[in-house]
Amino acid sequence: MHQNLYLYFRRLGHALLIISTICLLVCIVGYQTFDPVLWGWSGILLLIVGSLLLIVPGRLREHVAHQNNDICQQQATTRGWSAWLLGVVLTGFYVLLYWFPYTLQGLVFALEPLSQWLRQKPSDHWFVYGAFYTLAVMLMGVHALLKYRNNRYHLIRTCSVIFFQLGFAFILPGLLLAFNKPEFYFSYFWPLKYDYLFPSTVGYLVDNGAALGVFMVFWGAVVSFVATPVLTYFYGKRWYCSWVCGCGGLAETAGDPYRHLSDKSRKAWQWEVAIIYPILGFVIITTLALWVNSWSGGSLLGDLSGGFARTYGFFIGSIFSGVIGVGFYPIMGNRVWCRFGCPMAAYLGILQKHFSRFRITTNGGQCISCGNCSTYCEMGIDVRWYAQKGEPIIRSSCVGCGICAHVCPRGVLKLENGPRNDRYAGTILIERDSLQILS
Amino acid sequence: MQAEKHVVVIGNGIAGITLAQRLRARSASRITIISAESATHFSRPALMYVYMGHMRRQDITPYPDWYWKEQQITQLQDYVQTIDFASKTLQLRQNGSFRYDVLVLATGSSAVYYNWEGQHLKGVQSLITMQDLELMQQQTQGIKQAVIVGGGLIGIEMAEMLQSKGIAVSMLVRDNLYWRSNLPVAEAELVTQHIQNCGITLQLQEELAELTGDDTGRVSAAKTQSGKVIPCQFAGVATGVKPTIDFLKNTGLELDKGILVDYFFRTNIEDVYAIGDCAQFKDPAPGQPALEQLWYTARQHGEVLAANLCGSSKPYNRGPWFNSAKFLNIEYQTYGFVPHDWDEQNYGSLYWEHAAKTKCIRLFYERETGLLKGINLLGVRYRHDLCHHWLQQNYTIHQVMQELTAVNFDSEFFQHYEPVLLQQYYQQFPDRQAPVKQHSWWNLRQRFSLFSEKADNC
Repeated sequence: MHQNLYLYFRRLGHALLIISTICLLVCIVGYQTFDPVLWGWSGILLLIVGSLLLIVPGRLREHVAHQNNDICQQQATTRGWSAWLLGVVLTGFYVLLYWFPYTLQGLVFALEPLSQWLRQKPSDHWFVYGAFYTLAVMLMGVHALLKYRNNRYHLIRTCSVIFFQLGFAFILPGLLLAFNKPEFYFSYFWPLKYDYLFPSTVGYLVDNGAALGVFMVFWGAVVSFVATPVLTYFYGKRWYCSWVCGCGGLAETAGDPYRHLSDKSRKAWQWEVAIIYPILGFVIITTLALWVNSWSGGSLLGDLSGGFARTYGFFIGSIFSGVIGVGFYPIMGNRVWCRFGCPMAAYLGILQKHFSRFRITTNGGQCISCGNCSTYCEMGIDVRWYAQKGEPIIRSSCVGCGICAHVCPRGVLKLENGPRNDRYAGTILIERDSLQILS
Repeated sequence: MQAEKHVVVIGNGIAGITLAQRLRARSASRITIISAESATHFSRPALMYVYMGHMRRQDITPYPDWYWKEQQITQLQDYVQTIDFASKTLQLRQNGSFRYDVLVLATGSSAVYYNWEGQHLKGVQSLITMQDLELMQQQTQGIKQAVIVGGGLIGIEMAEMLQSKGIAVSMLVRDNLYWRSNLPVAEAELVTQHIQNCGITLQLQEELAELTGDDTGRVSAAKTQSGKVIPCQFAGVATGVKPTIDFLKNTGLELDKGILVDYFFRTNIEDVYAIGDCAQFKDPAPGQPALEQLWYTARQHGEVLAANLCGSSKPYNRGPWFNSAKFLNIEYQTYGFVPHDWDEQNYGSLYWEHAAKTKCIRLFYERETGLLKGINLLGVRYRHDLCHHWLQQNYTIHQVMQELTAVNFDSEFFQHYEPVLLQQYYQQFPDRQAPVKQHSWWNLRQRFSLFSEKADNC
């Protein structure tokens, strides 16, 4: 593309984003004076146009061989001032959303027409959140599609996460409400969506959804306990984490520019196992306790199990998955929640490590230890550690995003599903030692 | 190797490091690695990615600090000034004299300059060491044009690096196509076209005559032997490498281009060995190179020497050749040996090329016996273990065709081109039958035991 034209688009894009921010601020702060629908939608439309003006010409101009140029030299992607600013803005947004939702009233009013049209229900702050979340996945989905346009795996996978976010996590729950059915997300399951198997939610779905509600409970339970082990057996945890899940969807799109910021140290791995498995345990215990309580009519545990559930909801559901999980993207990388916090990831990880056909194969003795794979692993896996020994990479945390295989300059890595016997065996073309990072 | 022995390795590249690691797996001896270049081992092929901003410097060190501590391998950053082989002592610039029991020289390579006029100007350099990288980062700040002298693997790396910073790059290539001295015409044409499509100017059949400078002593233009003058503020020299052995001259160590060794990596002096780029085989087996200057061979040298220091007496036997590289966006893999030119009467090949000229596959074989000699791949990945097996077991092209469906290593959802290659095969050999069954990699892996269950498999 012509250099001047590109610069023109870029300036225009930046200008529109600044105007968009002003519009949205006017909408939030001044909705009592100004028309929130007019200002809010102006802001949203300018945000869309401005982002696309930055993303599309910028990515098309860049040759596919230059996908990662300057990533480690630009302040925005190396914890520079704008990364911190973005981190503060995102974190601030989550704080307002969870604890001071009335401050976002302007945006709630702005999205009222959309909410009525889609859900035939009044808008609320969770609808605002869902709309902006989906918008982020879509806009940055365009970025990911253009960036990885030379790799079919990433094209299909990115389309998949956009589809599930837009269809299953935004439109479908809205339509359910429009038809006076219980709001339900068919792409989230226990233990990530921990309350889907809590007695209270099950009761609500069955009481309010009639046959559909029963199906929802059935669907959730079957996916959690049957489909998850089966799919993970055949494809690894990637079928969920980087193809279906909304958290994964945001991480793979909006979070993609920050994937190299994940901590690769041994210490970080120690923290990971020390946090994520107790969280899974906490969800299991809470769920069991709630059911015991429900069956015993509250006589056995009193409000203890409810306390458990509220504690979990506050610390893990709100603070961890939202504030830290997304707010810290520009500082700690895009998978902090998925790596350290998500109980579904822990569950899938155990299955992937011990009961799955999935692995990342190292191609014989071809590794040159360059480190691109480890650097761009969003889960902080030291992929090179295994590749340079000619071993397959089988780690419970691996979400199978496939970027390691993509950035490898020697084509050494391949995500594949194969027989489980000799799954951990490596090549005969390199001598290697038995030393492990963690025993 | 007895525990009380002190093994000193000069050079912390892949050869020296592999030796130290493999030695540690077998022995409790004291191991020290000395390098003037860097405090710890780093991946040399990754230097370019630091320049381009794909990674930071700390990202190209393959082993964290705890690894060396736990393995009890000492790394010393110092410069070896002289070696006294008689008293087994090194003179180090900072640490004074330093004793060894066994010395392993793994000093690597340095760039070759051909005494061009102006080669000492500011802005003229090669790219081999960490210091070269730092220099290149300084010297290319804010410049507009650069010239690369030499159309090889380091040349294209430097070109890609410079281009990533928006610098216009011209490459002087001696042959009529890029890397034609290694690639057959078709492959060389494909790569040449790709490089040009990416916006790098190739000056084909041009060699450097001299470099001219401005009044500040900085390079300002490259003049070719045909008289072309190309303005530039940076000139990258990538005309090959030679063993780094200058400090070993007149020490009694037998030298030629490199340090002369046998296939046990023994030099003429007892307890002194040489591996990697700096070693030169005294009597190379027929058809085998005397110098092997690859990452992969350096690693193998380290493995074999470690075994021999610990009592094995197996000479180095490289096995089927392989190598890989990347030309901007096109990956290159080669297995076995495909010459750049051959005599059509004795040799044939199956060659497929993508219509977009971004991928190709060549299977090269001997006509009389049908023996597979080598494989060239551009933009397509094959399984190393299976290709190695074919070459090691002397497969014929006909046997290879039976297993061809198992060899592809491209990512999931990528299109496979092996069926097209098979079609071509039946055209060349109309009397041949289609494979009885489609082999999967997993079956062949199991059948030929192309895996190793145990670690410490040395």
